[in-house]
Amino acid sequence: MKLTGSEIIMECLLQEGVHVMFGYPGGAILPTYDAIAKYDDRLHHVLVRHEQGASHMADGYARATGEVGVCIATSGPGATNLVTGLATAMMDSSPILAITGQVPIPAIGSDAFQETDVTGVTLPITKHNYLVTDVRDLAYTMKEAFHIARTGRPGPVLVDVPKDVQLAETEFEYPEGEIRLPGYHPPSSAEESEVSAALRLIEEAERPIILAGHGIMMSGAMQELRELSERAQIPVALTLLGKGGMPEDHPLVIGMMGMHGEASANLAIQEADLLIALGMRFDDRVTGNLKTYALNARKIHIDIDRSEINKNVRADVGIAGDLKTVLTQMLPKLEPKSHQQWIARIRDWLEDSSERDILNYETPGRLLTAQVINDIWKHTQGEAITVTDVGQHQMLEAQYYPHQRPATLLTSGGLGTMGFGFPAAIGAKFGKPEEEVWAIVGDGGFQMTLCELATAAQENINVNIAIINNFFLGMVRQWQELFYEKRYEATPLFNPDFCKLADAYRIPNRRVTERDEIEDAVQFARDIDGPTLIEFVVEKEEMVYPMVPAGADLHDMKRRPKPGEGS
Amino acid sequence: MTSQVDINKVTVVALVENEPGVLNRIASLFRRRAFNIDSLTVGRTHKPHISRMTIRVVAGPEYARKIATNLQKLVNVIDVRVLDNEPHVERDLALIKVRNDDAESRNTITEICDRYPARIVDVGPKVAIIEMVGTEEILEEFIDEVRPTGIVEMIRTGVVSMGRGTRIHDTNFTRRDLAKIQDELSAGGNGNVI
Repeated sequence: MKLTGSEIIMECLLQEGVHVMFGYPGGAILPTYDAIAKYDDRLHHVLVRHEQGASHMADGYARATGEVGVCIATSGPGATNLVTGLATAMMDSSPILAITGQVPIPAIGSDAFQETDVTGVTLPITKHNYLVTDVRDLAYTMKEAFHIARTGRPGPVLVDVPKDVQLAETEFEYPEGEIRLPGYHPPSSAEESEVSAALRLIEEAERPIILAGHGIMMSGAMQELRELSERAQIPVALTLLGKGGMPEDHPLVIGMMGMHGEASANLAIQEADLLIALGMRFDDRVTGNLKTYALNARKIHIDIDRSEINKNVRADVGIAGDLKTVLTQMLPKLEPKSHQQWIARIRDWLEDSSERDILNYETPGRLLTAQVINDIWKHTQGEAITVTDVGQHQMLEAQYYPHQRPATLLTSGGLGTMGFGFPAAIGAKFGKPEEEVWAIVGDGGFQMTLCELATAAQENINVNIAIINNFFLGMVRQWQELFYEKRYEATPLFNPDFCKLADAYRIPNRRVTERDEIEDAVQFARDIDGPTLIEFVVEKEEMVYPMVPAGADLHDMKRRPKPGEGS
Repeated sequence: MTSQVDINKVTVVALVENEPGVLNRIASLFRRRAFNIDSLTVGRTHKPHISRMTIRVVAGPEYARKIATNLQKLVNVIDVRVLDNEPHVERDLALIKVRNDDAESRNTITEICDRYPARIVDVGPKVAIIEMVGTEEILEEFIDEVRPTGIVEMIRTGVVSMGRGTRIHDTNFTRRDLAKIQDELSAGGNGNVI
């Protein structure tokens, strides 16, 4: 069967199980858009309003489903607009495939109209990328690209296809069999000696703690994590992206770790004699000052990316492998243990934290972000997929919306991309149409990608947008308050009337200024089958605590004030 | 002035696919991870689709392993070894243009070249070109001796290394070609030590 390059791209997408892609047309990708028209019945194309939105939608889709999310853009500016989304996906190991048009091969290198060296630009922010120069390589390249994106440590892959390659014809046959790349062998199982070394450290530990990261969910090791924790009675601290790896109401889960993590988790890490780091990478937001980090603890580090081991924190036992596989190797030999004293000590810290719970504050006439988020949690029965933007609302979501299931908190952790939340929520809803999806965003970040309101309205996609509006870039303001003597340069925001803005897009909306209006508004959003927008006007100058200032020791936290000490 | 060879140098050897852009990927990796490298050489192997790189790093073996694990992450990098303590042969080649315009300098140059694995490959009335091959240490020593005579131009290839004996660093991979790739790889693994 002879097909054009564009048709081959469509066939490959179908072969890989893709049903939806997010994109924006343009000159160099037009032949492919012409093919999209032919495949319209099997492949839904979502027209975004800015290519950055397409990349975040593909990312949101990928994070919600674990499948590869696909975005598509034209050459030059179309492709460079994907850059932020690719970098976001790279940092958080999210499998996305970006297809970009390129100027025809004879024009490459001539500074042609809308020409950019896209493989050059995206080289450090993709797991791998391709420039396809022969239509006969296209099918194999697509197959390789999917394989690389979704296996090992997942990540974004970009395939740049010149216009003449899209138009050229060749015999199409989807390559059969497994992809075998000579230089690509993600590790899977651990050596027996590594397993026994890890078990020995666990056996010897008196104050162990598990640090559970994103890898738990990427590897599907939720059950194994739970067994490890329960059988050896080891408390579990979660990273931001690890939330959902173990139900947060589980008695052994002691909260999120790191800069805005719970004191119970951070203090436990500093006092532990063993850290069992699973699918996490000791990011600086997790460790604080490395020189004083977990000095009493030996470390077991299991990650699928060998280069993560010994990168920031030295491992006594470092295992490069797939978490589910490695934990499955370990579990049969794991002896039951109990660490009553240790767990009791952590409980004390947890109790102290709950005294400082923001929800205990009396705040007549004021609406706090934590209250909004916790009420959304309550009125969605804790079952929604929440997709956040970046900043104070993101950290408060992590603190006040407990997640019970994997892949229900989608957030830009590594890159901290403002503007991620809303488009990623649209992508997540396309991936999980049966789930309730909430975009919880700040007034700053939302305005970076709010053009996608048109996309949401055009697709009538059922995403509920909760804007936490404090008329500030809240997290930056917090840093200015703490470290720059309250010089609020460039952080107060002039905002549009978000409700009128939603009106303009014919999106149903509400504004909430009082706590007792929250339940109604949430219900209003849930009842409408389509996008809705709720603006929560919250306290202008809130602080997010606990906080470990950048570079400070992990135990050196600014704590939440107790009720009565002021908030 | 003597230039000392840093005893803390470690050698990383990598087999890479000989494809457009691979060197760019590797250079980009070194830059973004802020890896300091001393020298890097690339050349073809006996298999035209595979190139081999020798990377010298002024650092401890741990740092070299960091470079190795990051290199290994690149899809086009087939295999990476850190030649640490392992017995190996290494060679660096220098072309050195020296002043040669009086009898004294001519005699000195000839005398020094006799004591080293060096040859004079071009002679003119004013300058001569010496070709010198050897380990990095011997090269440094040689250059120090020649320097007083007056070096006017110099180029070095950088070190290339190969493990001694049966420490074979090679691969059966031939070309990124679907039909072939299956057979080739099912016939054996990559970079086997025999």
